[in-house]
Amino acid sequence: MTGTGYARERETTEGKVFTVTGGDWDTLVNEAGAEERIVVNMGPQHPSTHGVLRLVLELEGETVIEARTVVGYLHTGIEKNLEYRNWTQGSTFVTRMDYLASMFNETGYCMAVERLLGIEDQITPRANTIRVLMMELNRISSHLVWLATTGMELGALSMMIYGFREREYILDIFELVSGLRMNHAYIRPGGLAQDVNDEAIERIRALLGFMPERIDSYEDLLSGNKIWHERTQGVAVLDVAGCLALGITGPVLRSAGLPWDLRKTMPYCGYETYEFDVPTSTDADVWGRYQVRLNEMRQSLRIIEQALERLEPGPIMVADKKIAWPAQLAIGADGLGNSLEHVAHIMGQSMEALIHHFKLVTEGFRVPAGQVYVAIEAPRGELGVHAVSDGGTRPYRVHYREPSFVNLQAIPAMAEGGLLADVIAGGASLDPVMGGCDR
Amino acid sequence: MTAPQMPGPDASVPAPGAVTEQGDAQIRVTQARNPSDVPPAGVPVAAAPVGAQTGAPADFPPSTEAGRGLFGVHGSGDTSGFGGLVRRRTALADAPRPYGGYFDEVVDALTEAFPGAGGAIERVVMDRGELTLHIEPEQIAAVCQTLRDDPALRFELCSSVSGVDYLGHDDKRLHITYHLTSLTFRRRIRLECAVTAENPRLPSVSQVYPTADWQERETYDMFGVVFEGHPGLTRILMPDDWEGYPQRKDYPLGGVPVEYKGAEIPPPDQRRSYQ
Repeated sequence: MTGTGYARERETTEGKVFTVTGGDWDTLVNEAGAEERIVVNMGPQHPSTHGVLRLVLELEGETVIEARTVVGYLHTGIEKNLEYRNWTQGSTFVTRMDYLASMFNETGYCMAVERLLGIEDQITPRANTIRVLMMELNRISSHLVWLATTGMELGALSMMIYGFREREYILDIFELVSGLRMNHAYIRPGGLAQDVNDEAIERIRALLGFMPERIDSYEDLLSGNKIWHERTQGVAVLDVAGCLALGITGPVLRSAGLPWDLRKTMPYCGYETYEFDVPTSTDADVWGRYQVRLNEMRQSLRIIEQALERLEPGPIMVADKKIAWPAQLAIGADGLGNSLEHVAHIMGQSMEALIHHFKLVTEGFRVPAGQVYVAIEAPRGELGVHAVSDGGTRPYRVHYREPSFVNLQAIPAMAEGGLLADVIAGGASLDPVMGGCDR
Repeated sequence: MTAPQMPGPDASVPAPGAVTEQGDAQIRVTQARNPSDVPPAGVPVAAAPVGAQTGAPADFPPSTEAGRGLFGVHGSGDTSGFGGLVRRRTALADAPRPYGGYFDEVVDALTEAFPGAGGAIERVVMDRGELTLHIEPEQIAAVCQTLRDDPALRFELCSSVSGVDYLGHDDKRLHITYHLTSLTFRRRIRLECAVTAENPRLPSVSQVYPTADWQERETYDMFGVVFEGHPGLTRILMPDDWEGYPQRKDYPLGGVPVEYKGAEIPPPDQRRSYQ
């Protein structure tokens, strides 16, 4: 073993391999000497890869010649597992895919099941409004994590603290509503697991009060910063043609100038009745994506405000008792479970209700055979759910078109020919979540 | 109870309800066409329900006018969940014209722009407001090229490529589905190609839609479908040296039994399952 400091060197069949542990780049360059090309393996355990993403970068000096993306480290077989659970249980699984955008995974899945059942029209207005409310809150919390982590990676450490502070507030709202901070399983085929309580509504109103100011303060913190400009402007440029060829959707596509937002272009859940704008930019770089995401948070607040106004009392589940989950969930002494009224009803009053509860919970409902594709606008782009039923009580096949997975294909296009440091900025601007990418 | 961890291509354990040649073959009828199709135990496959065709009363469940008994019972009437999961799939029917909405326009424009479209489109299915064109696998790349470039079609975005395994329902059991989106016209269609598990090959569309690169790799990884002309068809989600194709229906889920309050809960793929 030669080399001084931390850069250790060993011979392999592929040439010299160095293990570098930070702060010793000079040592490495001195050791590598005449060899101009260096292949750097970044990740899968690296703080700026948003999970377990591995990048293999071929460098000439500080310029990236070739970038390869390696994914799959977080593959958990969620799609396969879905085939062994009933349709209602599916919510619990899909929510764990893109863990920063759980509400979107659940809504996409439930809309697919509802279209298979042919009950799309029966979803109650209150259920749809609450879905919109939850999705927009989730969009803000997801963008906040993006802003926090990207800020940290580009040197704005305080942004990390502010972003997670506000996100925590939104997670508290989710906890009040669904019982869980993350992985909610709140949106269910046919409606919702339970109704929104008054305390949560109050908290959301409070959020509407202070959040616009907070978003302005993020902008004050970053937008005038010289270093922020240098790290984002003109970095990782990808134009509309490049985006469409590579299948990139969401804020990255909108930052290139195309106002393609499924909430506007192919509306669902009643989005066509809300007033909001689709923020775009023509910069097509990291700066543009930062602007688009900031403005999207403001638009989400507008939608939340309108959703709160139209939140009328009413049912949150379809009326069809052969589909609707037979119990209202409630939080008891030992956690979330069937409400006491429901337990009293099935155990003490109605034998038929007990049988019905038992059949629906153990067997589940049957979904007519066929296949559907439902796409919604998730924080990262088009989230598509391809669901196939064979007429049974379990999904025959569910495939997620995950925006993180598709968008990561843009890394070579963004990184090659640029500087090593810009790989971090470009990769972060895609906002990949590996749980969603690998599923 | 040990769960199969890795499926071999020649797994020799028959599925419950599927047949053993030396056994009561005259009573039960197998759906498996060759030994390699016989999956390991516990995997729900298309198999004749236990007790079917024996003349037992279970063959003739009390039916309503809809042809079903209580709680959707049909067939053998086994509602215990222990008879093995019987997957049924209704045959696809060609949709009659008009398809409705923009779908007639799309099919007409495709027929006009693509000379061999009549032969390439095997079937047109209209279901739940979505149009599926079943395309002859050899023609898929050419059809996609036309769908992308023709001014009357303009499907610029390939949203999704994935697969479905119709084991026991279709001789060409592996179906590859493509979801195309037209941003210009705000339209969506689905293309579907069927190939056999013995020769799962079809042309890659990655030259037409570069975004299909990773999605075809995923489909190869999960279903073993070979996309000819793909620039680098390797596994993407599973490790490089993995054996088998996890999303195929004859690949077991795996898992271990769990003890809960003194009772043993079998792994998910061996629990009772309802028709």
